[in-house]
Amino acid sequence: MGQASRHSGAGIPRIDWLGLDGLLVRFGDALSEPANRAALALRHAILREDWPGVEEVTGALVSTYLRFDALHVDADALRARLEDLVASRDWSGEPLPGGRRIWRVPAVFGGDLSPQLAEAAALAGVSPEQAVSEIAGKRLRVQTIGFAPGQPYLGELPAHWDIPRQTELTPRAEVGALVVAIRQLTLFSTAAPTGWRQVARTALRPFQPDRAEPFVLRPGDEVVFEPVDREVFERLQGDPQGGAVAEVLP
Amino acid sequence: MSRALVVRRAGPAMSLQDPGRPGLLGQGLSRGGAADARALAEGAALLGQGGDLAAIEMAGMGGAFEAVGDLRIALTGAPMRASLEGAPLAWGATHLVRAGQVLEIGPVLSGVYGYLHVGGGFDGPEVLGARGAHLSAGIGRVLATGDRLSAGVDPGGEVGLCLPPEDRFAGGVLRAVHGPQTAMFSPEDLERFEATRFARDARGNRMGLRLVPDGAGFQSRAGLSIVSEIVVPGDIQITGDGVPMVLLTECQTTGGYPRIGTILPCDLARAAQAPAGAEMRIRFVDRAEALAVERKAAEALRALPGRITRLVRDPWDMRDLLSYQLISGVTAGE
Repeated sequence: MGQASRHSGAGIPRIDWLGLDGLLVRFGDALSEPANRAALALRHAILREDWPGVEEVTGALVSTYLRFDALHVDADALRARLEDLVASRDWSGEPLPGGRRIWRVPAVFGGDLSPQLAEAAALAGVSPEQAVSEIAGKRLRVQTIGFAPGQPYLGELPAHWDIPRQTELTPRAEVGALVVAIRQLTLFSTAAPTGWRQVARTALRPFQPDRAEPFVLRPGDEVVFEPVDREVFERLQGDPQGGAVAEVLP
Repeated sequence: MSRALVVRRAGPAMSLQDPGRPGLLGQGLSRGGAADARALAEGAALLGQGGDLAAIEMAGMGGAFEAVGDLRIALTGAPMRASLEGAPLAWGATHLVRAGQVLEIGPVLSGVYGYLHVGGGFDGPEVLGARGAHLSAGIGRVLATGDRLSAGVDPGGEVGLCLPPEDRFAGGVLRAVHGPQTAMFSPEDLERFEATRFARDARGNRMGLRLVPDGAGFQSRAGLSIVSEIVVPGDIQITGDGVPMVLLTECQTTGGYPRIGTILPCDLARAAQAPAGAEMRIRFVDRAEALAVERKAAEALRALPGRITRLVRDPWDMRDLLSYQLISGVTAGE
C-alpha cells in the first residue's frame, strides 16, 4: 500500500513512534467527533491501566500520545501492548470520560472585541447575526487542551464553518479572545499571535498559574458562550473566571 | 539575613531555570526548563548538589550581581566573560563570592545560554512543582535589575573546581529519528535533507530555532493539511516556507506542521546553544543506535562528578588564594 493511500485514511487507527520516547496513535487524518471520542477514550484506558515505565499519557484532537522512559523500558514490548489495546475494541464507540462539566461563559460578540466577526461570518456564508447564534448557545465540547497552557479547542461547528486560517498572522490575540477556523473555536489562554479570526472576547482566563487548580477546563467538558454586552464584560474582568459557572454533567 | 544574590544590572534575557515541569502536556504546558539541560547537571556536579535546583539562565548576555552573604557559585553552559571585583573568573568552574562582592558576567564568547548556579540553588515560589520560568506560558518572568534571589541551604564544599568543557557551542551534527510524518517526504528529499548544511537563523528563542538550508526548502506530500497533534522538543517542523524549525524546551504542545523527524534529547543542547550563523547538519539514526547514543549520554552525566578537577591558575594571579583553601566553609545561612 502506498504512503499516499495510507494517508488518505486506510490503516486507521495508526501507531507511530514520536521521538525516541513516545508513541502516537491516530484515529483519523481529519477532525471528527468519533475520532475525538476515540482519542479521549484510549487516553483514559491507558491511564486506568497504569503501565509501568509510562510517564505521560495525553492526546490531541484525534490522537493519543504516550511518553515512556526510553532508557528503562522495552519500547518494542510497550508498543506491542499498545497495539493489542488499540485493536481490542472500537474506541469511537466508547462513552466519554466521567466527571465532565458544562461551563456557561459570558462573551461579547460585536464591536471592537469581536474585530473579525463579519469577515468570519462572510467566509462561512452567513450573516453576522446568524454567526453569533450558531456559535453562542451551542454546546461545544472541549476536544483537547493544547498549544498553550489550559487553552481549549472547542467544536465542532457546522460544516460551513470549515473556513481557512488567514494567511497573515494577527500579531497579538489577548487572553480570552475567542477565535475561529476549520470548524473549531479556541479561547486564548496566553496572549499570542494567531492565524485564526477573532469573533468574540471573554473575561475567562483558562490558565491561572497562581491558583491551586491552574487549568480551568478539561478535555470532554462542554462550553456554552452566552452573549453579554461590553459593560458586563468590563465588570467581569476583575474575576479570573470571567463570570463562567460550571455544573457537573449527569 | 539569609544569603542571596541581588541583580544590580540585568541582561535582557535572564531567567530562573530548572529541569522544568514534565507531565503537563495534556494541560497544554510543555516541559520548559533549562535550554541546556547538560549545563544544569554540570553546575549541580560542580557544587555537589541535586540536579533539580534552579539556576540563572543568561541568553547571550549576563549581568552584574552582588552577594548578600558568602556564596559558592558555579558558571556553566555557554562561556561568557566573567569577573569578580574586576579579576577574571574561569568559566566551567566554581568560585567563592564574599558578602558584598560584585560578580560581573558579560557577553557570551561562544554558544547562547550561560548559567550561574549558587550553592543550595535559588529559592523562589514554586508554580506547578517547579521554580523555573516558562516565559511563553506566562509562568515567572525575565529577571530585572533590583531582583533579590535568595539562595537555598548550601551543603557546603570546596570551590576552585572545574569540569573540562564539552564543546556544544558551535553547531555541528544533530542526530534524529524518524517520526509519524517522515514518510510524507520523498526518499530523495530525505537524502537531500541529510546532505544539506543548515545555518541557525538569527531569530530564535526558548521555543524554537529556524535552520536555514543552503539550498531549496523541503515540502511534504501532506502539505499543510495535518490535523494538530502532540509536538515535543526536538521535533523538526517543516513550516509553510519549507524551512525546518527545531522545537525547543518552551515549544507549544500541539501543532499541525509536518515533522520530518525528531532530534535526540542528548543533542538538543547542541541545537539550542548554536549561535546565529552556526552550521548544523542532521543525521538520521535508527532506534537502536539512538538508544545506544542516549544511554551513553546518560552515563556521561552520571560520571560528571568523577571528571571534576582542580582549577589550575598561576598563583601570582590569585589575589584570593586563601579562598581556594576553603572547605565546607560556607555556612548554611540558617
